[in-house]
Amino acid sequence: MTRRDDRAAAPDTPAAASPADTPVLRARGLRKAFGDHVVLADVDLDVHAGECVVLIGASGSGKSTVLRCVNLLERIDDGLLELQGDDIADPRVRVDAVRARMGVVFQSYNLFPHMSVLDNVTLAPVRVHRVPRAQARERAMSMLERVGLADKAAARPDELSGGQQQRVAIARALVNRPALMLLDEVTSALDPELVGEVLDLLRSLKDEGMTMILNTHEMGFARQVADTVCVLDGGRIIERGAPAQVLDHPEHERTRRFLSRLHV
Amino acid sequence: MTSAGPTPAPGPGAAAPAEAWRPSERQLEREAVRRARARRSRLVAAASTAIVATAAVVALTTSPGWPRVQETFFSAEHAARALPSILEGLWLNVRIMVGCGVTIAILGLTVAILRTLTGPVAFPLRIAATVYTDVFRGLPLLLLIYLLGFGVPALQLQGLPDSLLFWGCVALVLSYSSFVAEVFRAGIESIHPSQRAAARSLGLSHAQTLRFVVLPQAIRRVLPPLMNDLVSLQKDSGLVAVLGVIDAIRAAQIATADDFNYTPYVVAGLVFVALTIPMARIADRVARRAGHHGPGGVV
Repeated sequence: MTRRDDRAAAPDTPAAASPADTPVLRARGLRKAFGDHVVLADVDLDVHAGECVVLIGASGSGKSTVLRCVNLLERIDDGLLELQGDDIADPRVRVDAVRARMGVVFQSYNLFPHMSVLDNVTLAPVRVHRVPRAQARERAMSMLERVGLADKAAARPDELSGGQQQRVAIARALVNRPALMLLDEVTSALDPELVGEVLDLLRSLKDEGMTMILNTHEMGFARQVADTVCVLDGGRIIERGAPAQVLDHPEHERTRRFLSRLHV
Repeated sequence: MTSAGPTPAPGPGAAAPAEAWRPSERQLEREAVRRARARRSRLVAAASTAIVATAAVVALTTSPGWPRVQETFFSAEHAARALPSILEGLWLNVRIMVGCGVTIAILGLTVAILRTLTGPVAFPLRIAATVYTDVFRGLPLLLLIYLLGFGVPALQLQGLPDSLLFWGCVALVLSYSSFVAEVFRAGIESIHPSQRAAARSLGLSHAQTLRFVVLPQAIRRVLPPLMNDLVSLQKDSGLVAVLGVIDAIRAAQIATADDFNYTPYVVAGLVFVALTIPMARIADRVARRAGHHGPGGVV
């Protein structure tokens, strides 16, 4: 609770106004309700360039909703939402243009089953970013190489393992050179022996300075890659800080209870 | 956890005091922008509709031939005179549609199921069903009606009905069932194999899996194209008139022949449309209640 107060004061300090310090994502007082059910009550979140923020919390705590709101897949009910200093919750912004600046990876991959792996990856560069087809293929191939799947370019998604599909999904998001990656429980649908390859990939992305927010239940992984861990509960971030601090010395009773359930 | 009541009830230890929330200035401004935009698009829609409709009416009524056209196609007097016989004919169309519709649904579904059977034992059935759809989808309906309506009674076979209407309906059923069978088959094949696997894993037989798991999902999915076929059947039910029975269109034609006023045709057209619209709305409602996934969320 005390940490929360420190951070709330930060945006008003003059240093925060300089463009170099503009966070990639800035959220203040995010609120989202579905009917009477308040999923996000009041969420503040800053993600700086190169930072990896990990959201943890019980199912239903609102982790996925945060990501869906940031990607404008859900319309927020209140609050401030800025991407690189631009107000993206303004009804006048072009939603598609905003989304083109972010990459999303879903829990169940969501590859397009009727397209080859390569076509999955080149779709957005060609249709959205208007990259010439030859150049898009080149970029896609190097991205597939990056995720170790260049030899599967001609395959259909259903010919790949879950881990391979998820790596294609990551390549599909990365090829657009997003300012921010949103990763929603990307290993939850994978067999345990396939989780490693995806996490290794994410770890190397982090090392290259990719800015990302990820939801996960993999506490070990969170500990390794997170710069900041945020604990969601009842639609609020009840605790945040460095992984060692939050995961090993949680201040909040609810965080402690959540973590102890995981460790059983 | 959250109460819908009008008065805030902040119980002790409430996790999320939803009632305390007031929209911020920023949010109020966003909503104002959205409202203004909705208002503007409504205005544009209303204005463009009015302009197009006015232009169409003006162009029509100021055209040099309008008085003659109005008299020939839109005469209230002729409409009133032709209406009773047209409605009488329409009753025949409705009976044909309902009777044939039910038969077509059953036959079409049977053929579709036969086509999806697997295994060597079902091979002849599968072939028969395939040949049936291939042949009857290709045959022109009118030809089929003539062939059955005039041909079969001419055989003078014992025990077969010789009613022209009956054989006209048989032609409709044979032709339409082949189309409907393909619609059903598309629906059946669109259900993910994992659904079958789940059903069979519970010990359900092939037939039970179809009956309780696959078909309920498949039929819901193909309801809109089935509706297309039903509407189309309703109109094609008029084709049996070539055999000499009097349906709505034939009644209109007879009325027209009196004095070459075409209003009865327009009347017949309108009653057909009037019949179609409620059917389409009912089909939409059924599909929605069955949990059809419409466009989801903001995207």
